[in-house]
Amino acid sequence: MHEMGIALQIIEIATASIPPNLKDVRIEKVNLKIGKLAAVVPESLRFCFDVAVKDTPLEGAKLAIEELPVVAKCKDCDTQWTISGPAFTCENCKSGSLEIISGRELDIESIEIAEEG
Amino acid sequence: MYLDRLYKTQKYHHHTDSHHHHPHAHPEDGGTGITTQKSGTREIKVVRRVLDVNEKMAGENRRMFAEKGVFVINVMSSPGSGKTTTLQRTLAHIMPEIKSAVIVGDICTTHDADRLAVSGAPVVQINTDEFGGDCHLAAHVIEKAAGGLELDDIDLLIVENVGNLVCPAEFDIGEDARVVVLSVTEGEDKPVKYPLMFRVCEVALLNKIDLLPYLDYDKQKALDCIRQVNPNMPIFEISAKTEEGFGPWLEWLRERVKQKTL
Repeated sequence: MHEMGIALQIIEIATASIPPNLKDVRIEKVNLKIGKLAAVVPESLRFCFDVAVKDTPLEGAKLAIEELPVVAKCKDCDTQWTISGPAFTCENCKSGSLEIISGRELDIESIEIAEEG
Repeated sequence: MYLDRLYKTQKYHHHTDSHHHHPHAHPEDGGTGITTQKSGTREIKVVRRVLDVNEKMAGENRRMFAEKGVFVINVMSSPGSGKTTTLQRTLAHIMPEIKSAVIVGDICTTHDADRLAVSGAPVVQINTDEFGGDCHLAAHVIEKAAGGLELDDIDLLIVENVGNLVCPAEFDIGEDARVVVLSVTEGEDKPVKYPLMFRVCEVALLNKIDLLPYLDYDKQKALDCIRQVNPNMPIFEISAKTEEGFGPWLEWLRERVKQKTL
């Protein structure tokens, strides 16, 4: 539901990441990583992004989204595993005390800009 | 810490694209400069969390609340689960012993603030339509709202978030504890449908238990669903209407306020 705000944030960060010595470049692609536990729907985000890039250096840019699995580590027995459903109990020792190693990401990895000539 | 604007050139290193027609260059090749090639694109490493602006602001809020010795809870739930009634009744018990204030977020209206103000606690209503009709309270909004409160005079700040089980879970506001309210008129499986919310919260309130005799609600299933997502989560079964089960919840709250304000 807050995908538009996130899209605007992405555009802001991406625009600010254009090296200062490069003027008037166009960003062709933004590489984003989204963890499966993040409260972001990739389709909605793409839709919002496509609307919000109008009249920015990102106009027409592609949003490449890599979805990351939810990986947990048991605090009791150190087992590390990928959680596929909403079950947050250690698959080895049944402990409920675990650390989420990945799955909450909402990170911009990089931007790709068009080369001029 | 994110690596803000660390420029490294990495040619055609597409994580998601399956079409790798171009050779990869070693990241070391470019160092911190930017290499150019005649045609195509160049990739500039950014490596930044999209929400880092919010997280930074949340960290500032947390420092401010720690300095002022204010315990902050962020209360979240879907619309209609009884957050406001629960908080009204909670305030009636803890005030004036625990000096409290409330920040309440809604998209529109001041109805909830009017109800909560009856307790005598200072209440700041946030209408998120000014902020684009947001579905959650973000850290900068809390910072602004807290500016309207005398933080030196309070020990507890209750933030009643916008009714929504999705987005508020993603936004740290600088709170000490997150509380999720679930009511027995909702589906038993909500915790597994909205796992992030039930992961990020420290305690759950299962509300409206006075209605259990009239419903086909499988309470055990609901408890199991919460445990599936957050096995060690304390769950308080309450009725905001009859105040059944309020004792343990109030005890938890009093204890946590005491720890923070000692």
